[in-house]
Amino acid sequence: MKSYPISIKPFGERAILVEWPSEVSESILADILDFMDAFKEKRISGWEMSVAYNSLTMVYNGGFIDFEETKAIIQECHKNQTKIKTQRIQHLWTLPVCYDLEFGSDIVEVAKTLNMSIQDLIGQHTSHEYVVYGIGFLPGFMYLGGLPTSLEVPRRAEPRLKVKKGSVGLASKQTGIYPQESPGGWNIIGNCPVNLFDPGNASPCFVKVGDKIRFTSISKAEYKLHKIEGEVGIYKPEKVVLNA
Amino acid sequence: MLKVLKAGLYTSIQDLGRFGYRDIGVPIAGAMDQESVKKANLLLENDENDAVLEITMTGPTLQFNSDTYICLSGAQIVATLNNEPIENYTVVKVMEGDIVSYGRLEKGFRGYLAIKGGLGTEKVLNSRSQFYPVTYLPRLKDGDEIPYIETKSYEPKISEVKIEEHFDLGILQVYKGPEFSLLSDGQLTEIFAKSYSVSKENNRMAYQLSELITGHSHSMLTSGTIPGTVQLTPAGRMIILMKDGQTTGGYPRILQLSEESISILAQKKYGDELRFKLS
Repeated sequence: MKSYPISIKPFGERAILVEWPSEVSESILADILDFMDAFKEKRISGWEMSVAYNSLTMVYNGGFIDFEETKAIIQECHKNQTKIKTQRIQHLWTLPVCYDLEFGSDIVEVAKTLNMSIQDLIGQHTSHEYVVYGIGFLPGFMYLGGLPTSLEVPRRAEPRLKVKKGSVGLASKQTGIYPQESPGGWNIIGNCPVNLFDPGNASPCFVKVGDKIRFTSISKAEYKLHKIEGEVGIYKPEKVVLNA
Repeated sequence: MLKVLKAGLYTSIQDLGRFGYRDIGVPIAGAMDQESVKKANLLLENDENDAVLEITMTGPTLQFNSDTYICLSGAQIVATLNNEPIENYTVVKVMEGDIVSYGRLEKGFRGYLAIKGGLGTEKVLNSRSQFYPVTYLPRLKDGDEIPYIETKSYEPKISEVKIEEHFDLGILQVYKGPEFSLLSDGQLTEIFAKSYSVSKENNRMAYQLSELITGHSHSMLTSGTIPGTVQLTPAGRMIILMKDGQTTGGYPRILQLSEESISILAQKKYGDELRFKLS
């Protein structure tokens, strides 16, 4: 396992930012997750950690931080993290997407811009595995990496005031799902019927950073079925353990 | 039950926040001016995290259906109990059927109403703070009923205090943000030598400042943000994230407000002036 240099910066009175080299890479993400496991081993309560691509934001809910003291703990964890045997389990989730024109309000336009047929666009979007590099922006919103360059389109010139819950979008190097209705500037190519954020569940978000996502194309009838299954709580997205 | 006869402009239930879910994109939410909430809860001998009403500019009209004690704090908004004026930071007894209503805003922007024992709505993800989509609605609506525990009699240890309010303070104490080093000497001078005013775009998510500074063309990977983070857009707009602010962002984080300054800013409204002071 490769280890990278890190930089540790103060971030106000109660947070610290740890940064890895500024790249989108699975190997950097693995290093961050290893570090988190090593830090959790310390069992210091009150810390929240959130990953976004190459950085880890560490927030302490117990009061103000002594920066130098915490920095020393972070450096020690990073130095020794390879010695920790990780129990991390990562999944590949298959999420259904209906690319019907009813949901994919920009799919015709996007296919035209990319100079490919709608069938090819769907084919390419469903043939890659996307890495979850972070969850943020909205509760349950996944930052996905690994979009093929052939599917890169600029975000819409004018953002929409309302993008429907479940909308699947494309914007430059990113693809993703809006977990709730929200304003947004991404090009919408379909809709995913799976609820990605359920505050009624003790673990509201089934996807974890480091997991992978694959999309599969479904018909409108299947979409409606999954939606109903979700509402009554019997829908379980398909998953495979990646590192068993 | 506390019956919301009129909800007011933007009234919501808040405690000190929802911790432990930022890794799935859930903002901490919670009261914007925590200093004022803690003081009101302290006077009622509540837990400091007990849920209160956060009232924005135009207050609600509320009816109590059982006896209790309340304490108002935060912004100075004319308030009455059955048409008799009541003051901030004073423990007030209310009886079954009593009505509290609000009038003109005099100073500050956000007022709080704390109740003996705290508001008893159901916790969602370990907090009562209203934040959509964690809670079903982001704020109260007319006709809502909020549970609380009846208190027939109670002797407050201290029944009122004089508080040195922070509404007139226009200086926000800041620390260097993670991307502070990207700022040019010219931008630094602009930020710290001038004063800025709160724009119309101000709410529980973020406060934008009206005046632009020199812009930039730095691009960065999306990274973590917390309440009090000052982001700088390429156009030179400063956006200060508040309690409902998103947990990640892609603009350089040039400054970070002190906790106390977040409470100071929470009492600012459109047009109010402020300055930054680096710690």
